[in-house]
Amino acid sequence: MKYYDKLIFELSKSGRSGFSLPQAPTAPIPASLKRGSAPALPQVSEVDVVRHYTNLSQMNFGVDTGFYPLGSCTMKYNPKINEEVAAMPAFTAIHPLQENVPGIREIYEAMDKSLAAITGMKHFTFKPCAGAHGELTGLMIMREYHLRRGDFARTRVIVPDSAHGTNPASAAVCGLEIVEVKSNEHGLVDVNDLKPLLGPDIAGIMMTNPNTLGLFEGEIKEIAQLVHDCGGLLYYDGANMNPLLGVVRPGDMGFDIMHLNLHKTFSTPHGGGGPGSGPVGVCEKLSDIADDVFVSGFHGNFGVILRAYTYILMLGRENIKLAGKYATLSANYIKESLKDVYKLPIQTVCKHEFVFDGLVDDGSSTGKSGATTLDVAKRLLDYGFHAPTIYFPLLFHQALMIEPTETESKETLDCFIDVMRTIAAEAASDPDLLHNAPHNTPISRPDETRAARQPVVKFADSKQLLN
Amino acid sequence: MASFQYFPHTGEDVKQMLERIGAGSLDDLYSDVPQDFIYKGEYDLPLAKTEQEVREWFEKLAEDNPRLKVFVGQGAYDHYTPSVISYITSRSEFLTAYTPYQCEISQGTLRYIFEYQSIICELTGMDVSNASMYDGPTAAAEAVRMCVASARKKHTVLVSSTVLPHVMKVIKTYAKYYGTNIVVIPSENGQTSLEGLKAAIDDDFAGALVPSVNRFGIIENHEGFADAIHAAKGMMVEYCDPSALAVVKTPAEWGADVAVGDGQPLGIPLCYGGPYVGFMACRNDCLRKLPGRIVGQTVDKDGKRAFVLTLQAREQHIRREKATSNICSNESLMALWVTVYVSLMGPDGLARVNDICYERSHYLYERLLATGKFEKVFDAPFLKEFVLKPLGPADALRAKLEKAGFFAALPTEDGFVSFCATEKRSIEEIDALVKVIEEDWV
Repeated sequence: MKYYDKLIFELSKSGRSGFSLPQAPTAPIPASLKRGSAPALPQVSEVDVVRHYTNLSQMNFGVDTGFYPLGSCTMKYNPKINEEVAAMPAFTAIHPLQENVPGIREIYEAMDKSLAAITGMKHFTFKPCAGAHGELTGLMIMREYHLRRGDFARTRVIVPDSAHGTNPASAAVCGLEIVEVKSNEHGLVDVNDLKPLLGPDIAGIMMTNPNTLGLFEGEIKEIAQLVHDCGGLLYYDGANMNPLLGVVRPGDMGFDIMHLNLHKTFSTPHGGGGPGSGPVGVCEKLSDIADDVFVSGFHGNFGVILRAYTYILMLGRENIKLAGKYATLSANYIKESLKDVYKLPIQTVCKHEFVFDGLVDDGSSTGKSGATTLDVAKRLLDYGFHAPTIYFPLLFHQALMIEPTETESKETLDCFIDVMRTIAAEAASDPDLLHNAPHNTPISRPDETRAARQPVVKFADSKQLLN
Repeated sequence: MASFQYFPHTGEDVKQMLERIGAGSLDDLYSDVPQDFIYKGEYDLPLAKTEQEVREWFEKLAEDNPRLKVFVGQGAYDHYTPSVISYITSRSEFLTAYTPYQCEISQGTLRYIFEYQSIICELTGMDVSNASMYDGPTAAAEAVRMCVASARKKHTVLVSSTVLPHVMKVIKTYAKYYGTNIVVIPSENGQTSLEGLKAAIDDDFAGALVPSVNRFGIIENHEGFADAIHAAKGMMVEYCDPSALAVVKTPAEWGADVAVGDGQPLGIPLCYGGPYVGFMACRNDCLRKLPGRIVGQTVDKDGKRAFVLTLQAREQHIRREKATSNICSNESLMALWVTVYVSLMGPDGLARVNDICYERSHYLYERLLATGKFEKVFDAPFLKEFVLKPLGPADALRAKLEKAGFFAALPTEDGFVSFCATEKRSIEEIDALVKVIEEDWV
């Protein structure tokens, strides 16, 4: 990757333009409603735009560039037929308020039916635009269920300490108070810790299964029983659904509400942070409520739903049964291949991902300060890999969370394993090499403190700073 | 098992990997799962199709949707999309990246988000923009929550009755569960009533949300709004059409604290409602309450200009339940879409779009009135969208137009019908639409 240091604003020259439109008389907007002066936007030609963004793209790493083992993000391959279907003009030209669209209705219905079959839920709403948005929607459905029964006391929701950060945040935005339940020494929800928390004020519990350590919550049956007995509902955070794809259905485990991340489990591209889609599935008694909760403007991210359904059609009934299993196979293979050089706090079989707690030998015995998880992550960039998720979950100080997915070949995994071992050896002999990494990327480590202390968040401020 | 194109595993690979793990079979990897949870049935899904079959299946389905000339807006506008945009946004370095956590290999994403934030600030006149949100309605709902979060122990936010219906619906949904009290401000002559706003302010007042261009298409006059809202220590939020902001008074000029809206009019295809992109910008003094991601400029160890996700102390992964929002992504690729669009258009192109919209929509407006089959409703300036009172059955009107190939005359909750003409609608198309009404309705 080569460093390219321009902003589109810096290419601007008065009098240039990149548009092609007919002439028209100036709109006679009354002076009292007219803006004072024209916005200072870039004035560039078409070729300027194309070269600029092509150059920017070359400072970016995507799944198509290389292996992206980012834990909890399920960076599987994004099939290209998905993109072709989503770009069909017959879909992109439809206005959201058009009612007579049988072709589109058929896709929503087929998608609903397919996701229900895969998850064991009854019905899905497609309005949520992301995973966190799905969580919020699911919690709204949970609250609405209690409210409609006239049960106004259920204002608290149980969230495990290993949960994704969005869980407690979504609960707070939904007006719920959070009750944390601790993990036991095996990294699982402690049923004994859970029991005393249950009562008439509990709306439900949010769980990820497998959890953020990649471990299956084996006591889920008992947990479901306990929560249901106290009158609460079970919410399934589908961010970690991938290892269960084609193997286990959340509905069968006793979950009442769940969301799926179509941009994780169903292969739609992450787009540098969106657009995603977070459809929410519910059991039969919540079906009507799910349709009543309006959390986005129209029908959700239809373009993403189209991609996901394309994936389901390609995968089909035959191949789905291998998707989750191969994802689990890849994760366990890496785990077992590296556990002698990276600390593995929990030894049991994992699902789609697992967590190391830093290096076995961080090089501190050389008299230098030891290499951290951040250092390992940055050194991986030098070797052409994206880094795993780091410092999450919060249960371990040096967490390094690795999720390889089912679309990576054994050769890719072997190459990653070799590099991770090389880095471990480098750390032991020369930790400074890691402290100063990355060495081969367009920029070296940035000064994040400065970014936060003197925020420069737009071009106009950037200019002042440079002058 | 025949091989499948997305799974690179050969039988030999699987065998070697299982050996390394010390497992006898793939099923053994699920030994920690209670066996009654392992799904043993056949999944009720279609059989796998070939790529050609998938393509043909969708092509056939696409034909089932009538292709209509769009003469409706109401939150989704049929503006022209230059060909450059999808060429850029399809580049897989952008498309297949995640949120830019590893900034050293994400400078492409971080730079275009910085450019996007700069563009939103220029259009709205605000000091700071976040990295984008799901869509306009959710951005509005987040802004309402920001009003409440910024005020101490006040829970009422006033929302104009002239905001688009889908925006109102989402605001009310979010507000219900967060515990925000929404009071609707009445309208007067198709615009938010300043007197109505003042009358609705009480001790619990935290802020007000008003539209810049409203659901009747009218460019609202917000003279005196900011004074009234700020005198009562509330926050003023404006819901805007960012395309129109190139020519109409900005939220900053009206004195607003927060600007929100949907970026869809900036070149994003209709696509049955999504993906679009919400924007949210505010004044410097509200920065720490702004939800969503923010990209900032800094330098790297060698002094080179660099861009990073910044001010993350506001966010869910650090603050958990105390975060300003549960949002952990943005609509990054759609922010790129908007950024490329605005770069191509520049200030002159955006002004031109508005000029053409104004010309076409006013031509349509006059021609419709000339049929004698509609009555004027409001006498106020509009840009591309307007309502009329139909002097005949609205349902029949809409159906006849649809049969003739037009999506137009959408009934509103007030008994009017809504029309919109963007720069994509030609004079010939407008004439053809009017002809259908002249010849075939009442």
